[in-house]
Amino acid sequence: MDIPYTVEARPDTGLYNAKLGIWLFLASEVMLFGGLFSSYILERVGADAGTWPHGWLNVPLGTLNTAILSLSAITTLMAWVACKTRNYGQFKLFHALTLACAIAFLGVKGYEYHDKFMHYEVQLKDGRIVDGHLIESKPDHIVIHGRYVQSHAELMQAAPAAQLSEIELKTGEIASMDNYGPWHNTYLAMYFTLTGLHALHILGGAIVIGYLWSFGSKMWYTDHQRFTNRIEVSGLFWHFVDLVWIFLFPVLYLT
Amino acid sequence: MNDHPINELKEQGRRGLCVFAVVMCITLAMVGVFYLPPANWDIGIAMILGAACVNAFLLLTYLMHFISERKLIWTVFAFTLFFFAGLMFLTLYANHDMPMGTMHH
Repeated sequence: MDIPYTVEARPDTGLYNAKLGIWLFLASEVMLFGGLFSSYILERVGADAGTWPHGWLNVPLGTLNTAILSLSAITTLMAWVACKTRNYGQFKLFHALTLACAIAFLGVKGYEYHDKFMHYEVQLKDGRIVDGHLIESKPDHIVIHGRYVQSHAELMQAAPAAQLSEIELKTGEIASMDNYGPWHNTYLAMYFTLTGLHALHILGGAIVIGYLWSFGSKMWYTDHQRFTNRIEVSGLFWHFVDLVWIFLFPVLYLT
Repeated sequence: MNDHPINELKEQGRRGLCVFAVVMCITLAMVGVFYLPPANWDIGIAMILGAACVNAFLLLTYLMHFISERKLIWTVFAFTLFFFAGLMFLTLYANHDMPMGTMHH
């Protein structure tokens, strides 16, 4: 038994099954990310002045990732155009570029995560705080590339690079130390949740695109229209992922 | 979307590149506001979020072809927008709906 409207559009709606399906899925995704965004806004608006971090994230890297993802949106579009114009070579090229962009995006994001996990807030026994990146850790001492601060309020603004220096701390001086993981504070919890969920979407999309580029591309010759539909649907998902990043970048990095 | 002549498809490719260029210009402007903030930072935030909305509109309209989509997709989108707006409104409403006796002054 054939399932109707997998290739051709249903006459009354003008849509094939997968197209309607992906838009309904994207609607549910809007609500998923919407819930997280609204939580972030609630926390951000409710925070007292001077208690919300500013400038903690690497804006040039965020901008680079925006460029990478925007470029991948174009290559996805071009891959679909290549399907429509039956140019297999171009399809392979543009989809490979999309995959390369996805890998590059995840690479940059991985670097940013690593940077946060290496960033420590060290509470000293004399009440001062040392904040910076851990560059050496030995049983009797650690070395931090960072700065001394007197209170948590000072930490809310990122320090200019000129104010940072190498600080060696004896283990006996340290009361506690905590890295900038999701457990560190509300802002980082939201950052890791939002960007982690987004990165999982990138990974999922890349797996689908990778399949359509490799094994799945056999369908190009056996059922071209259906294959083109698959490229269109995967492209819609990819554009949505780009759309989410277009809001994540300014909300988390710039405001 | 299924019966585009070849020239129109190539035109879509060109349009996509233009959208990419505009999105990158707007993104750089947003970053510029971050590094050179206006006197009132609230205005800076509004400018950045407004620019993000313009970027999202361009992406949705030209790359996702939403503008030429079928009525059913518009209906799905309208419902999504309604519930999304409700979600945001309730969040902001809840921010001013502090339960009695839970705040210290």
